[in-house]
Amino acid sequence: MNRNRENPEVNAGSMADIAFLLLIFFLVTATIQTDVGLDRKLPPKETIPPPPVNERNIFRVSLNKNDELFVEDGIMKLEDLKVAAMAFLDNGGASKGDENHCGYCKGTGSPDASDNPVKAVISFNSDREASYGMYVSVQDALTAAYNELRNRESQRLYGKNYVDMEESYYSGEMSDEEKMALQREIETIREMFPMKLSEAETISKLN
Amino acid sequence: MKSIRNNKKAQPAISTAALPDIVFILLFFFMTVTTIKSETLLVDNNLPQANQVKKLEKKDRVIEIYVGRPNQDLAKVLGSEPRIQLNNKIAHMSEVGPYVLQELAQKPDAIRNLVTVSLKIDKDVNVGVVSDIKEELRKVNLLKVNYTVFQGNPL
Repeated sequence: MNRNRENPEVNAGSMADIAFLLLIFFLVTATIQTDVGLDRKLPPKETIPPPPVNERNIFRVSLNKNDELFVEDGIMKLEDLKVAAMAFLDNGGASKGDENHCGYCKGTGSPDASDNPVKAVISFNSDREASYGMYVSVQDALTAAYNELRNRESQRLYGKNYVDMEESYYSGEMSDEEKMALQREIETIREMFPMKLSEAETISKLN
Repeated sequence: MKSIRNNKKAQPAISTAALPDIVFILLFFFMTVTTIKSETLLVDNNLPQANQVKKLEKKDRVIEIYVGRPNQDLAKVLGSEPRIQLNNKIAHMSEVGPYVLQELAQKPDAIRNLVTVSLKIDKDVNVGVVSDIKEELRKVNLLKVNYTVFQGNPL
């Protein structure tokens, strides 16, 4: 009788073993996968030839087969690329009263760099022998230049970072009206600093 | 008196009741931060690093292309030149276009024009291979690409 009244305890000792088995299963079958990257849009195949662009509005970046970076015909270190690209884009070379005048640019207005960020084109060429790692680093630096300028303008106009705005737009946890408003803001910023990154044909290998 | 002394000498058993909880927490951590491997990699895939990254949207809108040198076991057969891996097998450059179109055809209509091609390319691969792939993608009019990277400081 005594024995019946006692509550028998469930033996949980092997619970840990079961959990460990599951854990090991997940460790083996799973990889911490990366799902981030740099988004790019390729130019469509049948393109109308682009209108001629004034040379001062082109920022030429190229990579040779030894992974050396050339910017406007001079060698440059990767660390300096972002600053150089920002100086080019933000130059605001067109004088006041000119139709291309850029009201929000904070650059030096040098006659060798762009008139207006809307006009500015970055042309990035890469030799076929260059390494992909370096190629991505250059892409990253150029993206950083655009993002920093866009951040600056969106801080000024809306008091928040452009990158954060984009992120919250894509995460999509908001009402439709908020989303529309955010989309307009993002588009305004994008129009101020449109990303014109031309990756025309890579230089063909010289045999 | 005797019983008290006895009690002092007896070693109290360490309670392992909380051990399953700890292991479960670990388990849940791994379940949430990892994704189950969908394909076995036949090529080395040491992705480059970059900072200005955007998250790839939903998994079902992504077509993956791997490029890299064949890994050690396969190097004897395939050599050490960079190869393209499409869906568990090594493929030729000319198969990229048909493969991408075939994958695209399997997606529901509604998301077809949102599909991004994720280029998972080893950082030692030459840019030439990459631009050939991009050329193939342009031919089949799939223009959204993503250079998939690890987040971190570039070299």
